[in-house]
Amino acid sequence: MSKRTILILKAVVHLICLTPFFWLVRFYTSGALELDPDPVAYITHFTGDWALWILLSSLAVTPVRRLSSRISWLIRFRRLIGLYAFFYASLHLATYIFLFSGYDLPTVLTGVRAGHLSIVLDEWKIVWPTIWDDVLKRRFIQVGFLAWVILLALALTSPASIMRAMGGKAWQRLHRLLYLAGAAAVIHYWWLVKAGVRTPWKVTAVLTVLLLARLGHTVLKQRRGSGPELHTTRI
Amino acid sequence: AQALSTAPGKYTTSENQTPFAKATHYNNFYEFGTDKSDPARNAHTLKTRPWTVQVTGMVKKPQTLDIDTLLKYRPIESRIYRHRCVEAWSMVIPWDGYSLSEFINYCEPLPSAKYVQFVTLLDKKQMPDLPGGYDWPYSEGLRLDEAMNPLALLAFGCYGQVLPNQNGAPIRIVLPWKYGFKSAKSLVRFHFTDKQPKTTWNEISSQEYGFYSNVNPQVDHPRWTQSRERRIDSSAFPRTIPTQMFNGYADQVASLYNGMNLKRYY
Repeated sequence: MSKRTILILKAVVHLICLTPFFWLVRFYTSGALELDPDPVAYITHFTGDWALWILLSSLAVTPVRRLSSRISWLIRFRRLIGLYAFFYASLHLATYIFLFSGYDLPTVLTGVRAGHLSIVLDEWKIVWPTIWDDVLKRRFIQVGFLAWVILLALALTSPASIMRAMGGKAWQRLHRLLYLAGAAAVIHYWWLVKAGVRTPWKVTAVLTVLLLARLGHTVLKQRRGSGPELHTTRI
Repeated sequence: AQALSTAPGKYTTSENQTPFAKATHYNNFYEFGTDKSDPARNAHTLKTRPWTVQVTGMVKKPQTLDIDTLLKYRPIESRIYRHRCVEAWSMVIPWDGYSLSEFINYCEPLPSAKYVQFVTLLDKKQMPDLPGGYDWPYSEGLRLDEAMNPLALLAFGCYGQVLPNQNGAPIRIVLPWKYGFKSAKSLVRFHFTDKQPKTTWNEISSQEYGFYSNVNPQVDHPRWTQSRERRIDSSAFPRTIPTQMFNGYADQVASLYNGMNLKRYY
């Protein structure tokens, strides 16, 4: 595949991944968000859903690419998609901190417009004890935060220069933590829905398939790898 | 919708009312779907006439009452109440009805009756989206002295018109000092008993939903704090405000719970 084609396809992936974000901005600027009964819950679910879906998409790249050698170029988009999972997970976390926790965003925005920048920190000082209390008490927040911390670590180590500095093996080992992040995100979802709600089953099924595909690939590779070896020992 | 003739009641608040469109499109009424936007879409299948209400259990005379008889039994008052959902969002809603105590007096419970149970309609024909995994019909209940508190409202309408189906037409309970799920909707039976009745959410998850479920900022839900709430109003980024003990109705109801450990009886 030519460099030019890759560049165009990358632009397309950027556009696709940014579409939900621009859609949300448009939803707000058009006034539709304030017609929604619970805008904060809406943004929370919207950013959380997209973070998880895009994370699963990035996990899907490798199994899909293995289906045929003709689509091995897909690997070039994996990091890009993974970074967008981090982007939406960060929006999700920011929604929790600035809209959900009691942080008085309207007052802060009014203050900032009037030139009182210190209000950003003052309001933070008011809410952080309740946020900290929330994090300590609730396991669904802890496991969700773990997923975000993993995504942060992977995002920070994503540039090629850092990969070279770390060495391919170490880098790959670290980036396998994405499996853990995916599992943590899905558990986060299960732990926050109320009793009897089964909506997270779809993402759970997708994650399971994606992880099993990896396991299957590894097992197959080992069998193929060990076959000739056994043969040689027999001779 | 059909207008109701109402007189201003003595309970009101100067807080901004939740817009009608939001109060009628953000509902928990699981019989019509578990998403909060489902009931507004699905509840049109609910038939509110003819409608009868049964009075059963420990009463002088068990009977079946017609909804229109009940509607005319006492003048309809308009009362503006804060409404606090256990999910940490809240609204301010003008309800139309009369005190539940008036109806209970009419029922003439026996001195042995200590509790009253409210039972919601269960009809799969009218509720084709009825989700599985729940022990239907929906049931709630109160201690009789709680039910006799003048704040407890038997509602037939809101915003000056008959209740929209998704809000619990044609008759529901409104208990502003308790989490919203205690205020059962579309009632078909009032059962008087001497034992604490089984209530739906308490049966599903007793550590999350207590029998009393009084609004209490000091007792957290296992998955979130109850010390604050998102007030559903007309803005895109509504303020998160502190939750008040008994949802701000302590003067009227706190004495009902004198001597009770409210952390234990949550």
